[in-house]
Amino acid sequence: MTREEIIKPENLVYGKTKVLTDNIMHYCPGCSHGVIHKIIAEVIEEMGIQDQTVGVAPVGCSVFAYNYIDVDFQEAAHGRAPALATAIKRLMPDKYVFTYQGDGDLAAIGTAETVHACNRGENIVIFFVNNGIYGMTGGQMAPTTLEGMKTATCPYGRNTDLYGFPLRISELLERVDGTCYITRQSVHKVANILKAKKAIRKAFENSMAGKGTSVIEFVSACNTGWKMTPIKANEWMEEHMFAKYPLGDIKDTEKKHYVENNINAR
Amino acid sequence: MKEEARLMKGNEAFAHAAIRCGADGYFGYPITPQSEVMETLQILKPWETTGMVVLQAESEVSAINMVYAGASCGKMVLTSSSSPGVSLKQEGISYIAAGELPCLILNCMRGGPGLGTIQPSQADYFQSVKGGGHGDYHMIVLAPCSVQEMADFPSLAFELAFKYRNPVLMLTDGVVGQMMEKVVLPEQKPRRTMEEVVKQCPWATTGRMGRGNSNVMTTLELVPEKMEDRNTLLQKKYKLIEENEVRVEEYHLDDAEYAMVAFGSTARICKSACEILRAEGIKVGVLRPITLFPFPKKQISDLAKKVKGFLTVEMSAGQMVEDVRLVVNGAKPVEFYGRQGGMIPTAEEIAESFKAQLLKK
Repeated sequence: MTREEIIKPENLVYGKTKVLTDNIMHYCPGCSHGVIHKIIAEVIEEMGIQDQTVGVAPVGCSVFAYNYIDVDFQEAAHGRAPALATAIKRLMPDKYVFTYQGDGDLAAIGTAETVHACNRGENIVIFFVNNGIYGMTGGQMAPTTLEGMKTATCPYGRNTDLYGFPLRISELLERVDGTCYITRQSVHKVANILKAKKAIRKAFENSMAGKGTSVIEFVSACNTGWKMTPIKANEWMEEHMFAKYPLGDIKDTEKKHYVENNINAR
Repeated sequence: MKEEARLMKGNEAFAHAAIRCGADGYFGYPITPQSEVMETLQILKPWETTGMVVLQAESEVSAINMVYAGASCGKMVLTSSSSPGVSLKQEGISYIAAGELPCLILNCMRGGPGLGTIQPSQADYFQSVKGGGHGDYHMIVLAPCSVQEMADFPSLAFELAFKYRNPVLMLTDGVVGQMMEKVVLPEQKPRRTMEEVVKQCPWATTGRMGRGNSNVMTTLELVPEKMEDRNTLLQKKYKLIEENEVRVEEYHLDDAEYAMVAFGSTARICKSACEILRAEGIKVGVLRPITLFPFPKKQISDLAKKVKGFLTVEMSAGQMVEDVRLVVNGAKPVEFYGRQGGMIPTAEEIAESFKAQLLKK
């Protein structure tokens, strides 16, 4: 068979989504960001919403998310992405608006913006990448760093007496009435990637249906920050990260019903 | 809504004017002495008439970042606050200046430093005209002195903001914000349609809307050569603004032998001081910078050739006086009189200080 005979639409088994640019990613081999970028881009293409979507990039490893996901993007100051997304969605309600944030950005410096955007039930999607460490600045302790885990700023392991506890932000946001869908996913195996893609689509659909804020937490590996091989990092994530941050839906209900049930439950 | 005369506070006039100039969104956080801005907007419910968004944010930090995002969409957006709140906004303002984003910020100044007082002050002059946040940047700074100017300047501010793609600060104080005066509210302008926004701001992150390529609003540039280029362009723009946008009010300067320099509400008290001194046969005039950046360098420099001396009056320990001295450059004496911490100078005090310092009486 010649090359021309092989390259035919009917033979196509896999193609890179057009919503992902051809720029070479700066992420470390083994990092979860690349896969998460790809599946967000794929969902945007599948839903046909590339021209109606505005993304908000954080400060952290994914600061250059706009170089890879080919939609209109705004770069936020550290932690402020949910405030930006709030204004974009309020001023242009017919757009799909998402933030893409790491654990330092969302769960430390941007906690106020996160909680209040969720509490107002902004019709936005928050993608939260939790790898338990500050990757870009060189592996410092994050609010999500596990107890005993060693980082550049807790070199003897996170001591909860001194530095507090791993912050389970998704569980915290579950109690905030403006959120409609909170789920914890991972992208380290094909089955997980497929589940995560479904969650992304559902979150985008929720935002346009006016159901409130959707939050997807991706428990992720930072093999460089954790000082492990990519394979070892995924194993360590399954054993330790998933124990503290178990995968699955944390909240999934229409805003109105949830609020009513919640009030009744109290 | 047609042009109409009303009696109201400066803050209320500002809120009415924001709606009437066709703004798309206001994002704020309560702080005395400017809370009437958001209160008035909430009472007027512009989202039901013009479609303007009004949102109370969780903090000044969040509010200014909402302004950054709205401006990045090409929308006409604004925020308002008072001194401690404006300090919190400085991070966002630096990003807005770096992103060359048009927007309007109102600072209704109160006495500082720290939590300070809720009484009027002008001690945020340095913060307003010299930067305030990190990096080399300038806002265009307009200094209204009356309720009428609180109603007139929002439209001018947005015109300048979009003309130069630059944040515009209206720097006023608790006197102007709180006092009631007769004001003629401007006629209602329509908000721009999305098509008009895209045409005016092809750089805006509105969603691609069939554009074929993605717009990105970022202030990050890791390559220093490129970052220097960006800075050079900013400085070129500021120079252009300095050449074209200086605005002043002159009061009795034609035959003046001495000049007072003051902005905002203090300039009005200086006019009264000027009348006191003229009644005694002393020919004094007042130069009121309406734009603090760009600073009226040429006007002051020309005046220095004509008058025997200057008195700069501010509700601060003396901030603008440094810029006046820089321009006068030793050619004539430049004296200063100021009150601080929320105290307002009287016309009599100013006249006495003028005589003591410039006439040695």
